[in-house]
Amino acid sequence: MPDAIQTLLLECESIFRFVQKLLKQAVARPFEWRETVRQCFEIGNRSLFLICFTAFLSGVVFTRQSRPSLSSFGAESWLPSLVSQAVIRSLGPLITGLICAGKLGSNIAAELASMKVTEQIDAMEVSGTRPFSYLVVSRVIATTLMMPLLVVFADVIALFGSYLTVHTINNTSLQLYLNEVSVVITFLDIFSSILLATFFGFAIGFVGSYAGYTAANGTSGVGKAANNAVVISMLFIFIIDLLSLQIINLFR
Amino acid sequence: MVDATNDTVGNKAIVAFLHNVKKSFNGVEVLKDISLELHQSENLVILGRSGSGKSVLIKCMVGLIEADDGDINVLGYDVRHLEPKALNEMRQQVGFSFQSSALYDSMTVQQNLEFPLTRNLGLTNKTELNDKVIIALQDVGLEGTAQKMPAELSGGMKKRIGIARTLILNPKIMLYDEPTAGLDPITASEINELILSVREKYKTSSLIITHDISCARHTSDRVIALVDGKTKMEGTFDAIKDTSDADLAPFFNY
Repeated sequence: MPDAIQTLLLECESIFRFVQKLLKQAVARPFEWRETVRQCFEIGNRSLFLICFTAFLSGVVFTRQSRPSLSSFGAESWLPSLVSQAVIRSLGPLITGLICAGKLGSNIAAELASMKVTEQIDAMEVSGTRPFSYLVVSRVIATTLMMPLLVVFADVIALFGSYLTVHTINNTSLQLYLNEVSVVITFLDIFSSILLATFFGFAIGFVGSYAGYTAANGTSGVGKAANNAVVISMLFIFIIDLLSLQIINLFR
Repeated sequence: MVDATNDTVGNKAIVAFLHNVKKSFNGVEVLKDISLELHQSENLVILGRSGSGKSVLIKCMVGLIEADDGDINVLGYDVRHLEPKALNEMRQQVGFSFQSSALYDSMTVQQNLEFPLTRNLGLTNKTELNDKVIIALQDVGLEGTAQKMPAELSGGMKKRIGIARTLILNPKIMLYDEPTAGLDPITASEINELILSVREKYKTSSLIITHDISCARHTSDRVIALVDGKTKMEGTFDAIKDTSDADLAPFFNY
């Protein structure tokens, strides 16, 4: 068997075993409540400002970019509906997912990888302190739980940015803007957006943890793990986004 | 399963043994049929050059590396066939001092020492935790460092804190991986003294992996010389130091 295929199969086996261990330890007692809550705070708090800032800018820019096209059809009044649908269905989760992949994914991978190459994880292992559930399970649960919250924040801030833009240009009132938004946004849009964010969160936490926990080859392994975590989790985000779009469209 | 604690040699019980242990990495045989016994309250030194398989050997003993073949028995646990729960039980009775000290660098010294107590023994009482940390730090001569971060400590201090972190769980066996590597002769000699005082106070049996002749001389009751993954010679330090073996003589006479 060619070496490349053998390496690929071994990597697949390693990923499968990692998932298996993750699922097993996620339900095993004792549950890592304290560390999971701490990670939730770290992950949510650490990313909130950047995500709000980026979401606000995206809302403003997207509204400004879309306005000329709609104006040319005399459909400027559709701006709130267009922006809100784009933000809630895809833009909000996607922007939040990509930023978190870069920020959290690399952070988790680098932190775990440096612990791995300096034998800190081995030290936890030999003292019987269950490092996998302490380091990996808590982080994956935290990213999975925090991503939907961050997406809700991002959606609200992006819509606020959009409203400010529309208000500045057309003097549209907040009530009218919200009215336009509420007409087009359905429960399915909100539910699918939150579900999408949950999958993104799992992907970021899982990829970052896997890359970090299985890092090797000293300090160069730390850089490689962080890099892999960002690239692979971003790739996963686009794949999940595409797949979820196909599935959700079946229900629309 | 053979219970290591039931076997005795002379008056001393065997607390751990390896029998025909083999380990290869990518086709390269690192451990070739290694057998050894560690007796109660004994300091056994595994002496050998870098790359002779010493560290692999003790990592196999605690299940950090899976041996390919042979029997490994530590405190009556058949290490190669343990369920995760039993493996954890065994590990809690074995202290492992890493060559790099492996302190958790995002935690203070106090938190490093409290970590195994809260995780393994479920201790949450602040006073009790504090008392245990103070005693462990006193035992390694580093009172007053509790609030320091590992990055603020010297190499020798890190080694001592690493040893204190393992002692805090009152281990029955101590495994030292190159305890004096990278230290100046004075600090190395202090670590040697510490290894001896740990045995006195905690009544531990110790397996010390080293390439430092001075460490072997000071700390050993018995020495096993390892060459290319095989046991070359075994005996007291004085008995093997004048060997004429071509592989070992230069090592002792360097």
